[in-house]
Amino acid sequence: MSVLLWGVLPYFAIVLLIGGTVWRYRYDQFGWTTRSSQLYESKLLQIGSPLFHFGILFVVIGHVAGLVIPESWMSAMGVGESAYHVMALVIGTIAGVGTLVGIAILIYRRRTIGPVFMATTKNDKVMYVVLVGAIVLGLITTALAIAAGTGGSATAESYNYRESVAPWFRSLFVLQPDVATMAAVPVAFKIHTLVGMLLFAIWPFTRLVHAFTAPVHYLFRPYIVYRSRDARPAPGMTTPRRGWDPVGTKDRESAPARTPSRRS
Amino acid sequence: MKVMAQLGMVMNLDKCIGCHTCSVTCKQTWTNRAGIEYVWFNNVETRPGQGYPRRYEDQERWHGGWTLTKGGRLKLRSGGRFKRLLSIFANPVLPRLEDYYEPWTYDYANLIDAPLSDDFPVARPKSLITGENMKITWSGNWDDNLGGAPEMGHLDPIVEKVRREAEDKIKFEFEKTFMFYLPRICEHCLNPSCMAACPSGAIYKRVEDGIVLVDQDRCRGWRQCMTGCPYKKVYFNHKTGKAEKCTFCYPRVEVGLPTVCAETCVGRLRYIGLFLYDADRVTAAASTPDPQDLYEAQLDLLLDPNDPQVIAAARAEGIAEDWLEAARRSPVYALAKKYRVALPLRPEFRTMPMVWYVPPLSPVVDLLRDQGHDAEAAGNLFGAIDALRIPVEYLAELFTAGDTATVSDVLHKLAAMRSYMRDINLGRDTDESIPAAVGMTGHEMYEMYRLLAIAKYDERYVIPKAHEEQGHDLEEMGCSVDFDETDFGSAAFGEASGRPVPVAVETFQALRQRQTTDLIRAPEDMRGRVNLLNWDGKGVPSGIFPDDDGHKKASSSS
Ligand code: SF4
Ligand code: SF4
Repeated sequence: MSVLLWGVLPYFAIVLLIGGTVWRYRYDQFGWTTRSSQLYESKLLQIGSPLFHFGILFVVIGHVAGLVIPESWMSAMGVGESAYHVMALVIGTIAGVGTLVGIAILIYRRRTIGPVFMATTKNDKVMYVVLVGAIVLGLITTALAIAAGTGGSATAESYNYRESVAPWFRSLFVLQPDVATMAAVPVAFKIHTLVGMLLFAIWPFTRLVHAFTAPVHYLFRPYIVYRSRDARPAPGMTTPRRGWDPVGTKDRESAPARTPSRRS
Repeated sequence: MKVMAQLGMVMNLDKCIGCHTCSVTCKQTWTNRAGIEYVWFNNVETRPGQGYPRRYEDQERWHGGWTLTKGGRLKLRSGGRFKRLLSIFANPVLPRLEDYYEPWTYDYANLIDAPLSDDFPVARPKSLITGENMKITWSGNWDDNLGGAPEMGHLDPIVEKVRREAEDKIKFEFEKTFMFYLPRICEHCLNPSCMAACPSGAIYKRVEDGIVLVDQDRCRGWRQCMTGCPYKKVYFNHKTGKAEKCTFCYPRVEVGLPTVCAETCVGRLRYIGLFLYDADRVTAAASTPDPQDLYEAQLDLLLDPNDPQVIAAARAEGIAEDWLEAARRSPVYALAKKYRVALPLRPEFRTMPMVWYVPPLSPVVDLLRDQGHDAEAAGNLFGAIDALRIPVEYLAELFTAGDTATVSDVLHKLAAMRSYMRDINLGRDTDESIPAAVGMTGHEMYEMYRLLAIAKYDERYVIPKAHEEQGHDLEEMGCSVDFDETDFGSAAFGEASGRPVPVAVETFQALRQRQTTDLIRAPEDMRGRVNLLNWDGKGVPSGIFPDDDGHKKASSSS
């Protein structure tokens, strides 16, 4: 069981993440978009979206710092165990809470603003569940760590994920998964890790892909882009692409035949 | 000097009757799809008026176009690159759907399905966004023909400004008002700020003809272009999550046909042709410190296609001979630079727009006529242009960043043409002092008259075809080199078999004949393949209109 969870599943997730991204990048450029709903509603988005996105950026940085960089390197840089922990907890909590509040606002908006809700696909809903799950569980692990930190020092030992989760994480990449270490971590970490893997596995197939094309190159490209005509088949020569859907609203198409008795 | 070719358009505003045919045909061709129900690549707004989207010109609010930094360098008005990247999560200055309008349809089914009753059934408006019943309160041209002007006229940013400067001069009282129509498409700018604002680099300018397009595969929906464009001519498809904009009907112009809006224009007021310009100097020109000098700077970029040096430089850039020939015959170059009667729209946005406008003389003429004067006498017209400050000031805000001298020069030329030609039409001796008063010769004046008033199809549209040696590059003719022009569309198993024939190849020959004759010809020569994209109004093609019995025939009836 442990081998399956911590020795096999991670590789599944990675294969899905990389393979799925490559596949989607090659076959679905047109679907590769943020699918922004700002046109429908802007006020809530102005608060929720930056809160969520900047929060999650810090969360990502935090994960990299905690999981990828070995504890010994950190100490060598002069960041001791306690200093790291205080930093990680403070920044992690702020970023995590920011992210959670942000996504809460965004989901509230999605649910209550009619047009935004209508533009929400099943795919989006699944994605939201997993994403929120990962964030909430992440915050729970942080909370546990805080509780442990304030409790006896004996228990604090076992929550130092940099001695358990992180080595396991790194061991994945040298193809020698350290299953035993991971099997021994507290259950909250395990669940967070599992949901995280699920998130990465579905990532390429959701709208989250837009994160992979974060337009950093904008900082360096010239303002004006000249380009020659494309060698592409003519629009009339191919089957119509997505984006050429007839005008109408979904609810009206799927609505049952109008009840003839309705009179004002 | 780096010579590049640019397709440009000129619209002669005096002739626009505000019929919206251009908007409707454009919509039928390009934006009749889900997600862009609210989008009009071509729209016609009544001025004074708020425009579409509402008050798009108010850059204090929308931050479109470029400004100059303190050091005189060009900078996007919505901020530098870094600031833009920080705002991709929620663009603070994105127009809302309400600023365009909430698109709707009508519940027509109810007209047929409603049970028998004493009341007439009604087709209630349904939002195309939510599907709910809705109240229609605004649309793309709600203030058409000055509708609501007494209450809302002051919301026009230009009215606001001119009023501020001159205490209530623009009145919306019936007898003092003036109005004209302003059809707008994407300007296919030389220095497009939509492109500069796009984080993904998905918007590009075609090297061959300067058409600005959004690469639908590269656009990631960051929504920065909509803020970047000061004319608000990039739109967001809310179903696909991609930006879309006017394409200058590239599949048509590549085979030498005018854009749909130009082709169907009832007033025949649109001109399409080539400009040659110096791409190396664009940034410098757009950085001209005084906004009122931008018009001259922009004219300065346009190169004389008869100048041997320019021709040599153009050849060096690989511009083909027939394109150079087209540039020499270009009606847009003639109107913009030779006669200097076409002006760019809001040059102070610094995007170097390439759709130019001949400002309307009609507000002045109408006022003169209403006051009982001879509205065709040169003296009266000249006097009126100078006396009627308001229309001139308004036009100046629109076309020359407020420089009234340039606008009144143009209006003087149009007025001179009017009275000079009256003498000719009435068979009287011409008065050569009239053209001389505006610095033209009688011959030039007559040529300009031909172009502006007679406006023959061949003279209005001088569109060189995209090149066959670049055949593999052509979007519309992707694999068409082996199509025989006279025998298009038939293959081994009859018309519908074999490889699909590119629409433009199939119809080009037929269209050319139809469009250059005055005959009403039967639509049979279109092989039953007439659609709104290529229908020119001649005949009654099957497939577009329902039959008498109300059923749509299969379009391939033969
Ligand atoms: S008018 Fe057209 S080319 Fe110019 S900035 Fe706007 S969208 Fe871009
Ligand atoms: S079709 Fe021509 S005349 Fe009619 S509104 Fe459009 S530009 Fe004006």
